[in-house]
Amino acid sequence: MSKRIIIDNDLLQIMLDRLCQQLIESHDTFSDSVLIALQPRGVTLGNRIQKKLSKMVKKEIPLGYLDVTFFRDDFRRNESLIKANATNVPFLIEDKKVILIDDVLYTGRTIRAAMDAMLAFGRPKKVELLSLINRKYSRDMPIQPTFVGKEVICLESEKVLVELSPQEGGKDTIWLVKK
Amino acid sequence: MSQLSVKHLLGIKDLSGKDIELILETAKHFKEVINRPIKKVPSLRDVTIANVFFENSTRTRLSFELAQKRLSADVINFSASASSVKKGETLLDTVNNILAMKVDMIVMRHASVGAPHFLAKHIKANIVNAGDGTHEHPTQALLDSFSIKEKLGTVGGKKVCIFGDILHSRVALSNIFALQKQGAEVMVCGPSTLIPKHIHELGVKVEHDIRKALLWCDVANVLRIQLERQTIKYFPTLREYSQYYGINKPLLDSLNKEIVIMHPGPINRGVELSSDVADSGHSIILNQVENGVAVRMAVLYLLAGVK
Repeated sequence: MSKRIIIDNDLLQIMLDRLCQQLIESHDTFSDSVLIALQPRGVTLGNRIQKKLSKMVKKEIPLGYLDVTFFRDDFRRNESLIKANATNVPFLIEDKKVILIDDVLYTGRTIRAAMDAMLAFGRPKKVELLSLINRKYSRDMPIQPTFVGKEVICLESEKVLVELSPQEGGKDTIWLVKK
Repeated sequence: MSQLSVKHLLGIKDLSGKDIELILETAKHFKEVINRPIKKVPSLRDVTIANVFFENSTRTRLSFELAQKRLSADVINFSASASSVKKGETLLDTVNNILAMKVDMIVMRHASVGAPHFLAKHIKANIVNAGDGTHEHPTQALLDSFSIKEKLGTVGGKKVCIFGDILHSRVALSNIFALQKQGAEVMVCGPSTLIPKHIHELGVKVEHDIRKALLWCDVANVLRIQLERQTIKYFPTLREYSQYYGINKPLLDSLNKEIVIMHPGPINRGVELSSDVADSGHSIILNQVENGVAVRMAVLYLLAGVK
C-alpha cells in the first residue's frame, strides 16, 4: 500500500475559503438555507464549513448530521454490516434550501440514500451537494455535485483519503492511496 | 463493520457482551428514527417476517409488528388458536409450510421451553425467540437493559433486583443473563416457593425480605404472578402475597432513596405494584414499551444483516 499527497494543507485552506465564498454567492444571507453533513466522513467538513461561513455572514447557520445507514441499497448484499451513526437534524427542512455536505463523491449511492433519508424531515425547496473531492468517471447514479473542491480522476483500486482536523489551524491533507 | 455473532436470537445466554452492546447501540439510533416526523426507514424492504404466536401476547406482538413495519418489512401474522395446529399439525410442519411461502425470518412465542432452539436446528430462516415457556424472553431483557441505560447512563455496576414470580418467569432468566453480561449485580426477591432452588448458582443474590431488597437495589424490576402457569398453590392468597411482596408508596417513601421501578407488563395493579407507584415519576414502565419497538428494530435489522 502506498500513498501520496494530492492536496496539501495550504491548498486545502484556499479550497475551503473558495467553497465558502461560492456558497455565499449563491445563498446570500442564508435566510432559508441549511447545511446537512453526512455521517460519518462529512461531519468534520460540515463543522469546518459551518464555522467559517457563520463567521463570514456573521450569523449562526443551521447544521444537521444525517446518517444514511438504514437507507442504503446495499444492505444484505454486502459482506459486512455498516455501523450506524447518530442522526441529528434539529430543524425541519420543509421549504428550505438544503446543502448536503460529504467529503468524497464516488459512486453516488450514498447521496441517493441521503436524499431518501432527508425526506423524513420535510420536503426541501432545493437540494444541492457540496463535495470536497469529486471522483470523476466512477458514478453508478446520475448524481453531480453543485460545489466541488477538486476533481480527481483515479482507478477503482485507488482510494481518496481526506484527513481534516476538527479545528481550523490543524493539519489538513488529502491523500491518494493505492490499495 | 460490526455484526452479531449469532444467526438467531434464541436467548441472551448465547449472546456475547459485544453483541448486547451492538444491539443497544443500534437501538439508540432506531429510537431517534421512531421519534422523527416520518418514522419509517426502508432497511428491510425485501424481507418477509412471520410472527408465529402459539401463546397469547399483546405488547410483544404489537411491538414486533410495529418494529417490522417501521423497517418496511412484509409481515404475516399467525396465531395458534386460529390455525391448523388445532387439527394436529406438528410445530415443524407448521413452520415449514410458512417457510415454503418464502419467509425470511420467524418471530416465535411458544409455551414449550426450547421450541425455538429445536426449530433453529431444522430450518434455515433466522429465528427470534419472543418467549419460550418459562425459559427466555431475550428481547424483553434487551429492552430492560436499554431502559436502565437510558435512565441511569450505564448498566455496569448497577444493582438490579427482580421481584416476584422468578420460578415461572422467562423475563427473569433473560434479565439475569443480560445484566450479568453487562457487569451489573443481580438479586432476586420473592417468597421461597417462587424462587428456583439452585438459582444462586447463576451468581445472583437471593433475598426474601422485600424491604432489605429495596434498600439494596438501584433498580426494581417487578414481575407479575403468573397464575396461568401455576398448577399448584405457591402462596395462600393474592391478598397475602400483595401484603408481603407488593410495592406501594408508603413502603418506597419510608426508604428515603431513589429507586427506578420497572415492570414488563401486564401489571396486576394492587398485587405486585400499587397504582400510585406504577404511575409515579420513579416508574419507567411506559418508556420500556417505547424502547421495546426500537430494540426489536435493532434485533431484526442486525439479524437480517447476518449472512
